[in-house]
Amino acid sequence: MLTLQDVTKSFGSKQVLEPTNLSIDAGNTYVLIGPSGCGKSTLLRLMIGLVEPTNGTVEFQGETLRPERYETVRQRMGFVVQDGGLFPHLNGYDNVALMARYVGWTQQQIQARVEELASLTHLESDVLQRFPIQISGGQRQRVSLMRALMLDPDILLLDEPLGALDPMIRSELQTELREIFQSLKKTVVLVTHDMGEASYFGDVIVLIREGRIVQQGQVGDLIAKPAEPYVTKFIQAQRSLIDGEKS
Amino acid sequence: MRLRVLIGIAFLLALAFTPISCHEAKMHVGSKMFTESVILGEVATLIAKDAGESCLHYRQLGGTKLVYDALCAGEIDIYPEYTGTITEEIFSKRQVSGIAEMRQLLSADGIQMTDPLGFNNTYAIGIKKELADERGIESITDLTRHPDLRLGFSNEFMDRSDGWPSLQQHYALPQQDVKGMDHELAYRQLDEGIVDAIDVYVTDAKIRYYDLVLLTDDRDFFPVYDAVYLFRTDLDQRAPNVVQGLSRISGQISESDMKEMNGLVELHREVENRVAQRFLAERLGVQVEIEEQTTAARIWQHTVEHIDLVRQSLIAAILVAIPLGVLATRRPQVGQVILGIVGIIQTIPSLALLVILIAPVNKLGLSSVGGGSTTAVIALFLYSLLPIVRNTHAGLTGIPVSMTESAAALGLSPSARLRLVELPLASPTILAGIKTAAVINVGFATLGALIGAGGYGQPVLTGIRLNDTGLILQGAIPAALMALAMQGLFELIERRFVSQGLRIKSE
Repeated sequence: MLTLQDVTKSFGSKQVLEPTNLSIDAGNTYVLIGPSGCGKSTLLRLMIGLVEPTNGTVEFQGETLRPERYETVRQRMGFVVQDGGLFPHLNGYDNVALMARYVGWTQQQIQARVEELASLTHLESDVLQRFPIQISGGQRQRVSLMRALMLDPDILLLDEPLGALDPMIRSELQTELREIFQSLKKTVVLVTHDMGEASYFGDVIVLIREGRIVQQGQVGDLIAKPAEPYVTKFIQAQRSLIDGEKS
Repeated sequence: MRLRVLIGIAFLLALAFTPISCHEAKMHVGSKMFTESVILGEVATLIAKDAGESCLHYRQLGGTKLVYDALCAGEIDIYPEYTGTITEEIFSKRQVSGIAEMRQLLSADGIQMTDPLGFNNTYAIGIKKELADERGIESITDLTRHPDLRLGFSNEFMDRSDGWPSLQQHYALPQQDVKGMDHELAYRQLDEGIVDAIDVYVTDAKIRYYDLVLLTDDRDFFPVYDAVYLFRTDLDQRAPNVVQGLSRISGQISESDMKEMNGLVELHREVENRVAQRFLAERLGVQVEIEEQTTAARIWQHTVEHIDLVRQSLIAAILVAIPLGVLATRRPQVGQVILGIVGIIQTIPSLALLVILIAPVNKLGLSSVGGGSTTAVIALFLYSLLPIVRNTHAGLTGIPVSMTESAAALGLSPSARLRLVELPLASPTILAGIKTAAVINVGFATLGALIGAGGYGQPVLTGIRLNDTGLILQGAIPAALMALAMQGLFELIERRFVSQGLRIKSE
């Protein structure tokens, strides 16, 4: 579905990503995890051409990503950022319908698709008539997800989609998101720094540290067969928080 | 969507450039910004009318350079001038000696000169009579003994080659406190004791009114300023009877005639064209009808002229400045240059900008002086660019990265991102810039009067010239109201064009 070959990225003289190879297989959910500034968001942005690789190539469905093809390729991808990235000047409906109108769908097609997505994301329809500033953070993320899914993309890229929500809503949305991913059987790449969230979503977990993939695999592999001591340290650092709460 | 943008632009262009006022006249007379020039301009206008020509008088234009250039460019056909000004200012770079050489130089520019009208309106230095008596000052030489005197000269006099710098040198005058100011204000400053000596024209009616003593030019500094008419050589073919009419005035206006006419206007508040009409009737037996205009009609006319200047320049500025602001954002290096240039334009004094623009505008075959003057429109257009370009740039660069990133990630083309996301997000800032430009524009449009385009600047200029506060307010108050109306109009436009999502606070 999507592969990165010897991809590096430098901003000026600072290398933020060491030579990286990664293959995203269709139908699975990948979680990119690591501490702040490890390069996980950069890696996600490389996949959709928001960041261009310094070296190496990114291939999507057998096609190398090139600037002149970005628009077409991106229309087959869905992208959700932390605060939703909804356009404040458009109401929910217009945010969701924006791309469909742009590529020339009819009103009826758009209407039908929006209704379908609203029921998928459990969004009350009147929320779509309001502007982003008038709705809650959770609602914003649902609308943002609808927008990302509108053109029925082949892959969904999410950058800490639940990072800005309070714990209750976050947990509720986690459950729903997983159901949605499972029902749609889409390829998903999700960035988070929360190990709990990672293990909840991830078929494959990709642990990144200082611009380098340390280990990738199922959560069990990471716990049982850590590639290096850092993996255990990272997992335990997150767990200890939960342990602390329990005790 | 794209179609709507095009329709919008077409609508704005139509709104900007559909002609609303057109006073067509075959011939134009110009005059400079002092009463005598305006009266002599009226005399010439009436002469032309008497000769059967439709003729329009562009009153009190911005200065010698501007008027002479307008004459050379054919924007005006006749204007009153003084021989001294021709030698000392228009041809100041050459040593012109004698009338014959003057005529030769003028004719190279396609200009002819009538014989002198009959009076010499030279410069003189005037001081209050009390001061003259108290200190025993009679001649300019006497000034050298009183270095403490404060001098206030008209701006033109400060700069002219026969003005203050050479006068100071010629008489070795020691005064340090020398200020440049508007000629009409100088009288008031003298009267209020803010300055002690000013430059005057010897035919000024105010000399007697303010009880001034003119100092003798005991070392023959000031050249002769015989009043003449300058007119375009082609007038000989186009309107020979007007040329003939002008020649009939030669030698007919004495110094005391002129003083009296100036006094009637400045001290007795008579209208210039009445004074000119009476002079022609009494002296030359020429009877010309003049058109009366009520105050309301005049204010309405100025309103139409003012709106005309504002709408053309403002709409053109909006259509140019927003793309410039976009370009400045997209290409930061070009952007610095663009922002720099529109900033510099803002610092050019308005009269200078008008004078700079006349020649190129004229080369393009557009009307540079007079009603609907393209020069004035271009000047206003240039002054309106800065706030719009700057706010467009600020609005676009201020868009959060998450927005631009989301728009790109959706798969919108760069132009669609601009149209559907970036410009709408920047619209409150851009509109604020347009609002600022509009209000500034309404104020600056008074400069149109300097170039005969009329507008509210016309009564303001006349009011300043005649020291008539009522007239000044006739221009100033409507201009202020129009600025307020502009403000209101753009509040409405804001409601229509800026998304509700950007205007409401969170619930």
